[in-house]
Amino acid sequence: MNSNNNILVKLNNAGFRQSEKWLVEGVSLTVEKGKIVTLIGPNGSGKSTTAKIALGIYKNIEGTVEKYTTKVGYVPQKISIDWTLPIRVYDFMLLTETIEDSAIDEALSLTGVIHLKNKNLGSLSGGEFQRVLIARAISKKPELLVLDEPVQGVDYTGEIALYELIKKISDTLNCGILLISHDLHMVMKATDHVVCLNGHVCCSGSPIDVAKNNEYKALFGEKASQILTTYEHKHDHVHSDEGEIKKN
Amino acid sequence: MFDDFFIRALVAGIGIAFVTGPLGCFVVWRRLSYFGDTLSHSALLGVTMAYTFDLNIAISVFLISSVIALILIQLQKKTNLPGDALLGLLAHSSLAVGLVVIGFLTFIRFDIMGLLFGDILAVTTNDLLVIWTGGALILIVLKLIWKPLLASTVNYELAEAEGLNPDRAKAIFTILMAAVIAISIKMVGLLLITGMLIIPAAMARNISDSPQKMVLFSIIGGLLSVILGLYSSLEFNTSSGPSIIAAALILFILSLFKIKQSIKLKN
Repeated sequence: MNSNNNILVKLNNAGFRQSEKWLVEGVSLTVEKGKIVTLIGPNGSGKSTTAKIALGIYKNIEGTVEKYTTKVGYVPQKISIDWTLPIRVYDFMLLTETIEDSAIDEALSLTGVIHLKNKNLGSLSGGEFQRVLIARAISKKPELLVLDEPVQGVDYTGEIALYELIKKISDTLNCGILLISHDLHMVMKATDHVVCLNGHVCCSGSPIDVAKNNEYKALFGEKASQILTTYEHKHDHVHSDEGEIKKN
Repeated sequence: MFDDFFIRALVAGIGIAFVTGPLGCFVVWRRLSYFGDTLSHSALLGVTMAYTFDLNIAISVFLISSVIALILIQLQKKTNLPGDALLGLLAHSSLAVGLVVIGFLTFIRFDIMGLLFGDILAVTTNDLLVIWTGGALILIVLKLIWKPLLASTVNYELAEAEGLNPDRAKAIFTILMAAVIAISIKMVGLLLITGMLIIPAAMARNISDSPQKMVLFSIIGGLLSVILGLYSSLEFNTSSGPSIIAAALILFILSLFKIKQSIKLKN
């Protein structure tokens, strides 16, 4: 069935409908080992829904999902920890799988939050919690990593470092990554394949192909297209303090 | 050794506290206290069935509570009523039906007070066997589903995405709830079982910083409540259930001082 044994998850014409409204439909994509697939699109375009279809969280879907791994790490977009449950960062790291202390320490160090190990989860700031979420997902050395807006609430320098970390993880663990992000120029450096969603797949391909696509331009505007194409030629721009790109 | 009714009650109560401790934590974490109430109120129907057909009370209560839990899940799927309304509907109607059935069973003398509030005189050696073997089984199963159940309590989608099958854990937990009610009904009484689940766990929440610690303190709190409660029940000739729950309440109030202290320390 799986002719290419690098494939981790494959969506065939997948879609999900909630109370007669399609959240997303007709999505086909493949995540392979060592590759990063990025989903982009406006709010409500079905990015998170697509990720949840790939993860098997949504059951009654159209189309099919073929999953060839059970070692999955997930960083959800929204997660609220209930105050009724006393839980430290350390307990949270062990939530879905028993892993060794050394692996926990390593992952927390990589995301820069090792000093929070014995803190209560409820006492963390948004950015700190996000780093813990990423650490938890990578500490179990997954084959498939699904990251839904993984750096939300993280400061700008931290954001760059975390994206570099994600790229590094994909290389060292040789795991496949399904990434959802708003931050176009940040993501495009590392991404192998971009899927642009707007309720359906509006276009997909390499970052450069997508940037040149007219539908993409219509959806994100000419400027976003320039952001992507700049990565074709490295070092032709500088970043301002606000993260804007200034051409040299 | 088990000839003395008080020793029997003590051994039974200790067995129950070991089980209600960890289960109670999940009841608090998953906000299931009204669900517990519903199951325990329906237990009256189970008791009447046991008398009518000469069955073991624990087994009969377990069956009826499980059926009520299944009906609840079906109603949740098929109606638009909010969860708390469905729970109230099932809790009170099953209690009412149970009381009506008792009215018809004129050939049996019922100790209604004992059923509602527990009776230490009622615990037989046979009950001890049911409590300890049933309790051990419940704890073993809970240990097996601990990880998926805890993970889905923290975040359902995370547990589902990472392959822990939270739906199965939830279904098994529901059965465990029915089972714990079945084994503790004689001792605590059906109106107060939820208190035995919640109050020691709530006490433990005040003094714990991890799930494991909360379970441990909840068990200790339950054990102390049973021992204190039963001795005072003997001393003051009060029903066993209210005595145990009142003891648990005192422990809860004491645990509030610990919070005050830790807040002071932080400041």
